[in-house]
Amino acid sequence: MTSARPTLVALGRGVALAGLALLGQVAGLVMLAAVLLTFLVGLVVVFPPAVRLARAVTRMQRGLAARWSGISIDEPYLPAPPPPVPQGDGWYRDGRTLYKKPTIPAFNKRWNWMTKDPATWRDFAFLMGDLWMGGLLVAAPLLATAYGAVRLVAGDPAGAAWILLPVSTAYWYAPWAVRAHSGIAAALLGPTEKARLAQQVSRLDAARTEVVDSQAAELRRIERDLHDGAQARLVAIGMTIGAAEQLLESDPKAARALLGKASEASATALQEIRRLVRGIHPPVLAERGLGDAVRALALDSPLRVHVTVDLPERASAPLESAAYFAVSELLANAARHGDATEAWVDVSAQGPALRVTVTDDGQGGADPERGTGLHGIERRLGAFDGVLAVNSPVGGPTTAVIELPRAFRVRSAPVSAWRYFGRICWALWPIALFPQGLVAMVFKLVGSPVKSWFLGLYVAEPFQWPVIVGMIALGGGLLAVALATTVRSREAEGGGCG
Amino acid sequence: MRVVLAEDLHLLREGLVALLRAHGFEVVAAVESGPELLAALVGERPDVAVVDVRLPPTFTDEGLQAALAARRQVPGLPVLVLSQHVEQLYARELLADGSGGVGYLLKDRVFNGEQFVDAVRRVAGGGTAMDPEVIARLLASNARNEPLGRLTPREREVLELMAEGRSNAAIGQRLFLSDSAVGKHTASIFGKLGLAPSDDDNRRVLAVLAFLNSK
Repeated sequence: MTSARPTLVALGRGVALAGLALLGQVAGLVMLAAVLLTFLVGLVVVFPPAVRLARAVTRMQRGLAARWSGISIDEPYLPAPPPPVPQGDGWYRDGRTLYKKPTIPAFNKRWNWMTKDPATWRDFAFLMGDLWMGGLLVAAPLLATAYGAVRLVAGDPAGAAWILLPVSTAYWYAPWAVRAHSGIAAALLGPTEKARLAQQVSRLDAARTEVVDSQAAELRRIERDLHDGAQARLVAIGMTIGAAEQLLESDPKAARALLGKASEASATALQEIRRLVRGIHPPVLAERGLGDAVRALALDSPLRVHVTVDLPERASAPLESAAYFAVSELLANAARHGDATEAWVDVSAQGPALRVTVTDDGQGGADPERGTGLHGIERRLGAFDGVLAVNSPVGGPTTAVIELPRAFRVRSAPVSAWRYFGRICWALWPIALFPQGLVAMVFKLVGSPVKSWFLGLYVAEPFQWPVIVGMIALGGGLLAVALATTVRSREAEGGGCG
Repeated sequence: MRVVLAEDLHLLREGLVALLRAHGFEVVAAVESGPELLAALVGERPDVAVVDVRLPPTFTDEGLQAALAARRQVPGLPVLVLSQHVEQLYARELLADGSGGVGYLLKDRVFNGEQFVDAVRRVAGGGTAMDPEVIARLLASNARNEPLGRLTPREREVLELMAEGRSNAAIGQRLFLSDSAVGKHTASIFGKLGLAPSDDDNRRVLAVLAFLNSK
């Protein structure tokens, strides 16, 4: 009885899901009441709590679908509205009305956010229907057993069959029912394509705003540095040289001193410009690319840094720059906080993505929420859809992984033999199934004298039916193979882009 | 002394030619791109080359690459590399063959004609001329190096100047020390760093640089 445990677990999960569906039904009815109160009586205040209750229950459903069936369902909701911001005079504007306190504008925003989100109504539909679809599906073995028991107690021997059926099929049925329930949940609780796109757009929008902001700030900083630094020094140099020119005849000694000063000032100006340039786009990055720029960073670091680089080509300049500054910040962090003595940097291409891993042997405990440096890296990477993952348990070691998708041109994957085979199957299956199979069968059944080009009608009489049936089977088989190879290649592609 | 010069900015090139001529050098070729430089270096076999890192056509590290390629063909060919910025990475590549006769300076050092010409002469003589900025960054990246921490401040000063490629006499002049005092400091430094002492100035400098680069 080694296989009893998973079956019992699946049955238990089924019962739990049925219970949750019942709870969901209650939440659905609460929401129905709230909707009726809201739209018939105008009692709007009950709506947001009801929606929150519904979302809590559906969130549980999503969690269980991920844990028990491995079907991860993303939250489909629109992002919550930001809190209202007071105007200059301290009042809060909402449409054409002004409010003294933020309560009502905040409520209006929340109300719009909830009612205009289709996910709210899809949640509602799921809660109302789940008990009657997925709920019945997963509870069926329990219900059948209970019904059988009642019949048996009532003295009907047929009740034994009601018990025997779920017991004998539970091994196959119970796990399937749990997965099927998650499938139904995924269909209603997952984001629609539209919601997914809307989320992506709002994420990109936020990233763009941040990029534009930080770029503007950066330009302002450069302008200020040039204005206060190098530019001012050049003016001073010009003036000093002018003064030296005047003194050249009368007081050559003083003129010489002034010229010395001018030369010193020009050296300082150069130094300032050099520092500025390094912050904008490090020269070594322009000259050598990411690999050597990271090696240069490693040499400048007080840590013993081991660098491995494996890149097929140079990525675009802005992307290289983002990766460079991220590595620079991570190495600086390791040297500053982590008591590290050694670090390892690995720069490599993962398909079209650029991945940089920075590991150090320090004390760990880095928290991306607290460090402004780490947040800065995330913002810089965000512009390229890049991500930063930091794993830094207390006691070390710290590992930070940067991934920038679409850094390199995707070399078109060699079309596998399977794919060609799939294409041929796609092309051939209708010929075998329809004219040579089904149409020939109809001709044969009605006894048509026309044979057209149907092979089945030309062969000797005893072979005609086997050929026609064979054609139908062949067509069906080709279609199945075509579908299977297409799904396989889709998965392979999906895995690459992931 | 015959010099090949590579610099793409016209004004700076003319200035350098004038400066070198004024100090008695013979500028046999003043070129402005990487391929021309390599041809001139291999063809002219100058006593020393003064090379800008960033040159046409790619405006990356064309000059450095040409200099390294020429040194592979003509081992020990003295090359002084000039740049708007210094990188330990490039210094390391220049020093990699261990034969000396290399220099790596910021362009700013041209301002001081005397010192610049002194550096060119040193490189031509098979010595080294490393920019103080390179040495400062080398030392900064060696901040956690145990033996370096044991040096006295004075010994550190001597080490910095020695790493730049200066002779005992030049170090003594700079720090107002007698030759014998400088000798004592260098012996102490070599002892603390665990390096084999050597009387030859150039070999000594290369040993120090190799030590600093071995982080």
